[in-house]
Amino acid sequence: MSQIEQDERFPKSPATGDVSPCWSCKEPLAARALFCHACGAVQPAGNLDHFTRLGVPRSFDVDGDKVEKQYLGFQRVLHPDRFVAKTAKERAIAESQAVSMNEAYETLKDPLRRAAYLLKLAGRNAAVSHDQTVNDPALLMEAMEAREQLSEAASVDEVEQLQVEAGAKAIDLIAQLSRAFAAEDYDRADTLATRFKYLRKYLEETRARRVALEDSAAEDAE
Amino acid sequence: MTTTLLQIHEPGETPEPHQAETGIAIGIDLGTTNSVAAIATDGKPEILRDKEGDGLVPSVVSYSDSLPVVGREAVIQQMRRPEAVVSSVKRLMGRGAADLKSLSGTLPYEIHGDQQVGMVRLKVAGRVLSPVEVSADILRAIKARAETALGHDVNRAVITVPAYFDDAARTATKDAAKLAGLDVLRLVNEPTAAALAYGLDRGAEGLYAIYDLGGGTFDISLLRLQQGVFQVLATGGDAALGGDDFDHALAEAALKSLRRETPTLVEAKNLLLAARRAKEILTERESTEIFGSIHGHEFRQAVDRVAFEKLIEPMVAKTLKACRQVLEDAGVQASEVRGVVLVGGSTRVPLVRRMVARFFGREPLADINPDEVVAAGAALQAEALTRGGETLLLDVIPLSLGIETVGGIVEKVIDRNTPIPVAKAQEFTTYQDGQTGMQIHIVQGERETVDACRSLGRFELTGIPPMTAGAARIRITFAVDADGLLTVGAQEKTTGVKAEIAVKPSYGLGEDEMADMLRDSLTHAREDMERRLLIEARVEAERMLLALDAALKSDGKLISPEARQAIDAAAQKLRSTLSGDDRDRIGAAVEALEKASHSFAQVRMDRAMGQALKGHSLDEVEASMATDRAE
Repeated sequence: MSQIEQDERFPKSPATGDVSPCWSCKEPLAARALFCHACGAVQPAGNLDHFTRLGVPRSFDVDGDKVEKQYLGFQRVLHPDRFVAKTAKERAIAESQAVSMNEAYETLKDPLRRAAYLLKLAGRNAAVSHDQTVNDPALLMEAMEAREQLSEAASVDEVEQLQVEAGAKAIDLIAQLSRAFAAEDYDRADTLATRFKYLRKYLEETRARRVALEDSAAEDAE
Repeated sequence: MTTTLLQIHEPGETPEPHQAETGIAIGIDLGTTNSVAAIATDGKPEILRDKEGDGLVPSVVSYSDSLPVVGREAVIQQMRRPEAVVSSVKRLMGRGAADLKSLSGTLPYEIHGDQQVGMVRLKVAGRVLSPVEVSADILRAIKARAETALGHDVNRAVITVPAYFDDAARTATKDAAKLAGLDVLRLVNEPTAAALAYGLDRGAEGLYAIYDLGGGTFDISLLRLQQGVFQVLATGGDAALGGDDFDHALAEAALKSLRRETPTLVEAKNLLLAARRAKEILTERESTEIFGSIHGHEFRQAVDRVAFEKLIEPMVAKTLKACRQVLEDAGVQASEVRGVVLVGGSTRVPLVRRMVARFFGREPLADINPDEVVAAGAALQAEALTRGGETLLLDVIPLSLGIETVGGIVEKVIDRNTPIPVAKAQEFTTYQDGQTGMQIHIVQGERETVDACRSLGRFELTGIPPMTAGAARIRITFAVDADGLLTVGAQEKTTGVKAEIAVKPSYGLGEDEMADMLRDSLTHAREDMERRLLIEARVEAERMLLALDAALKSDGKLISPEARQAIDAAAQKLRSTLSGDDRDRIGAAVEALEKASHSFAQVRMDRAMGQALKGHSLDEVEASMATDRAE
């Protein structure tokens, strides 16, 4: 039993069914093959979407444990450390495979990156992927108010309270994103993802603020 | 349909037509204060010791007219002729003159004056040496010790570096190994190596924090262990904080209370050694004395543990701040950490243990000797890399990498704690009409402005075709390999012109310098390289022949007897070149065989393509692939 599973609900990929020759021994192989069954050489990473690459269904609601398990399973066989005794060319190919796996993993495990990526796959030139000005007055108002509250927070406890509230908001946004993607409402998903992006920035700011307050509290204690 | 289109091999099953070099490899902990070598056999690490049973080699080198002396002998020399002895050189690896400001006052040696660019140079016994050369001398001594202990040549090693070591310091470490005649299989982060040593012994699963306080560096890493995979979730630390700073604090406090003038260099070095001994004694006892002399006047100064702890408390607090940062980066609470592993000699200090225990809310693990645990882990990794094994280390980059943009702002290309290997590309454009060149400045760090980050190198991009401002699309690619080393490439996308890149490493050694050093010390490098290339060519050729045999056996009937004859002749020719040592001849024969078998490969491709698609829906093909994979 291989440690890597492919899911039957696998979405159709244009690459499926394609055949290309092994770079090393010219044996015909599925374009998605990781290794050549004839000579054992590791195959180049190829052009797969992140879901197909990790063998999980294309959906915003990915199973986090499954992503982890698939990622570790693939890295076990593809990481360059497995190819120390092999030729330079094979090491380079293994490295490109490991790079692609890392990118797929980083994208799918994070809800914000996953949402942006799904919008890209849906052919959207999504606002969340750009740094352009946001056309969402409610969001801008909310963001301004939140920053004001943060700058007024004078104690670590107050900042922690704001962090808890922001954390709850993040959970709510993820649930809304899930519904929007399920309904294939990509405009809504883009709006939500952009809000999520702002919330992330805000969470970082609360963190910086808390550290600053903690430091000044420590100095006062001395 | 049962045609196997895809097959995945388990690591152990991957067909291995030819085992390339099977030589053993050792693990080396190249430390600030001490260095240690170890070897692992069947998953059991063993520290390589001298006749007296000592595993630690002090990272101290004494220079004279004859060969450099490394280790305890050099420590003795340090008392007699301190101007000829170098210690704690690891703190200078990959560092430039600008970095020394943060270290000044804590360096026990003289810095060569007129070094404005590149890595700092030391003035030692009338010579000017780079930190790389000094480290190479330490590695040579370690290599010699290993060869004596094992009774044969040792040419390959896994070397550990602090997780917080940046690109320049990692490159410097690899360069030092090259000078010492060691092939580095992998640079492994010290905390990861320590986790390896602990994890394998206990079959532990879950989240672990590795707190590593050495002589000159501090690292904190958070790892998740599951089924033999060591996944680094986040890492942080301070590349200029360690037990040496405790010694300095003690020595300075002693001087201050004596209100004497500045001691000579010799006296200062001796005072530091006395402070270190006092620190060590204070681990066991409540009080001790520091002996020293200033301009010939001897003195003794009482010091107790309470006073010592008061001196170092801010430094330990600084390490805990880094611990908190790492937990937050990983989104983890201190209570979720299942174990805390202590690494590095400085974790013997009772205050460090108390504060770490309080922070994590649990007693830290320290049952493997903290001085030896890193080397033991490195040896395990060396064995896993050469002999194969189930463990896998998945590391991250410790610091964000980016590019300077307009106004001295940093545009981050790769964020810290991204798993490696990684490659990321970003597009930039020109800002002037007809602009044909571009300055690219690569920086490292978490801050938004260039001057608050560390410069890694400057690239001059030339050969951009003249266009209107903003029309060129220059794609800059950052690639970080499994050793944590960065390579940068650039290409202009609209014309496909690959622009030339000239590298000016900010703190590294120039190519010329490295070449000179190599010529001085390595006479066999070329031969080694040639040999390796020859072995690789043979492996490739043998694999090609094996695959061809199999294909001919099953599908030989697809081609004409003439074509078959041509293939057989070319294969025979290739076989005959394999016994020789001529790489070019092997390469030519491989090419000839590829040409002869080209149409055969094509026929097989067409047939496989037809089989895969003819009379079957895509779903069926897919389903058969899914089963193949799951089997």
